[in-house]
Amino acid sequence: MATNTQIPVADRRAPVIEPGHTFSTITEKISNIVLKRPVSLGWILGFLIVFGMLNMLAGVLGYLFIKGVGIWGINIPVGWGFAIINFVWWIGIGHAGTLISAILALLRQSWRNSINRFAEAMTLFAVMCAGTFPLAHMGRPWLFYWMFPYPNTMRYWPNFRSPLVWDVFAVSTYFTISLVFWFVGLIPDLATMRDRAENPFVQRIYGLLAMGWRNSARHWHRYETAYLLLAGLATPLVLSVHTVVSFDFAVGIVPGWHTTIFPPYFVAGAIYSGFAMVLCLAIPIRSIYGLKDFITERHLEISAKVMLATGLIVAYGYGMEAFMGWYSGNQFDSFLMWNRFNGNYAFSYRALLTCNILIPQILWLKKFRVSPGWLWLISFVVLVGMWLERFIIIVVSLSRDFLTSSWGMYYPTKWDWATFIGTIGLFLTGMWLFLRLLPPISIFEMRTLLPEAEVHEAAEVEQ
Amino acid sequence: MSDVSVYESPIPGSPVYGLMAEFDSAQELLAAAHKTHEAGYKKMDAYSPFPIEGLAEAIGFHKNRVALVVLICGLIGLISAYSFQYWVAVITFPVNIGGRPYHSWPSFIIVTFELTILFGGVSSMIGMLALNGLPMPYHPVFNVPEFTKASENKFFLVVFSSDPNYDAAHTRSFLEGLAPRMIAEVPS
Repeated sequence: MATNTQIPVADRRAPVIEPGHTFSTITEKISNIVLKRPVSLGWILGFLIVFGMLNMLAGVLGYLFIKGVGIWGINIPVGWGFAIINFVWWIGIGHAGTLISAILALLRQSWRNSINRFAEAMTLFAVMCAGTFPLAHMGRPWLFYWMFPYPNTMRYWPNFRSPLVWDVFAVSTYFTISLVFWFVGLIPDLATMRDRAENPFVQRIYGLLAMGWRNSARHWHRYETAYLLLAGLATPLVLSVHTVVSFDFAVGIVPGWHTTIFPPYFVAGAIYSGFAMVLCLAIPIRSIYGLKDFITERHLEISAKVMLATGLIVAYGYGMEAFMGWYSGNQFDSFLMWNRFNGNYAFSYRALLTCNILIPQILWLKKFRVSPGWLWLISFVVLVGMWLERFIIIVVSLSRDFLTSSWGMYYPTKWDWATFIGTIGLFLTGMWLFLRLLPPISIFEMRTLLPEAEVHEAAEVEQ
Repeated sequence: MSDVSVYESPIPGSPVYGLMAEFDSAQELLAAAHKTHEAGYKKMDAYSPFPIEGLAEAIGFHKNRVALVVLICGLIGLISAYSFQYWVAVITFPVNIGGRPYHSWPSFIIVTFELTILFGGVSSMIGMLALNGLPMPYHPVFNVPEFTKASENKFFLVVFSSDPNYDAAHTRSFLEGLAPRMIAEVPS
């Protein structure tokens, strides 16, 4: 198709890395963000705000542990409330990080190299936020280790047929593997930081973390095998985690939960909200830290397209739920759909359709896909929409189940909101520190994107 | 060709670890690695700021055992997770729920799957580091100040003095023939 005289199609798109960069400039630009850039007033002010939010989380959790979960708005029938809504929302956000680092690595999508590092960091912090909620929701969180199978004096073992036990294994494996993946990706960059640091103390810290990595060809050979295998293992893992989370619902018999569409629909929704969070973070980071050369228009556009595609899968899920409400002929399922459109929480379902289906259709237009401002706004709307989706799945279904005698309303209290905002503080504090302490973009993977990094065996024989 | 740079070892009087040649590009390093290996040197290593395709093969390193480690550990995770669940649900703590079978294997798949991934994933990191001999707090190549550029934009080749064909003068003139930017003696 592309002859020598034609411009290949690939070249007409925005580049993944702006022209004019060398191995040195890439290394300098990214490592200097951490090593040379002075701590700005804006960073400090922002940090005070997000750290304050984190402290609020510590405060409300302390109060929760003293008083119990009664300070939240949960009741019978709505026993899950904000805790599980936020758990599912956060864990979904984490999925984009693993998708970018693992699945796109297997598919050899080299544009991922500029965003995988901070997307993986985002995953770690999001999973931490997610983990906070089930722990806090337990009632007696100091007995959390009862979830794990360990020999005990009660001679009791977990029930491995329960989705809640599956969830413990899925989420803890997910966190561990995400951490391993992130750290393995960091090792060569930590060596770069060690070699470039001027302060001996800083150099020692990076040196300890780099563990003596010396860029040897043998090491790279094993490293690439290990990285590829990790990507191969993390790919089914990321698809399984939200599947298992959806089993928490789908294995139950509550109307609106007991459906087979849940696993794929949850995974698509997770990636949808995850990419929205990636964009919400990447757009400010690239302009504040001057990284527009590395996180280009191309990255924004591809992320927008992923959002559009996964958004349509989510829309299909909503459509299928509505269709089955009618087609099944089941009175509880049809009532559920009627209740979503017209019931007490109808405002939330209408807002959901607007946020998740209607507004993101703007992304069909290229103008909005490449405009950072618009894209940020749409991503934020999607994040709100995906939160509403979990609210509807949990609250609308539980508040109106089979028997009218067990119906009840759920209203979140100020403690519910404070906990949710507190976890946003935890997430942002993590991101704030990460940006100052570790290279936010994978330096060695960026080097491989340069044409100079390519070697030709044939040319070498001629020499 | 410039002179050989000689650096002092932190341990005075220690033997030479090898000769280091510095190159400007990945292509040059790959060509030099091929030639050095063909010239009969086997105990050598190449260093680059990013993985270069074919470089490990050029210095005679073809197979690594990381995949084998991951396979074995993944299988250990798989077998131990399934047999543990079987032991709990059938042997030591059977709970009769509506007459359903104790060995309800579809329910055991998820934990089995997760532990397979967990064992395989963690072993890929530990296996890679262990086979690479990391963590390693001291290594002679870092005695050459220019070597810090190996993590930025320069490419290095080292012929170890432990190689049977190594001869200080002869190896040096061979490396000079590869047109490196500089040659340095690496103290151990």
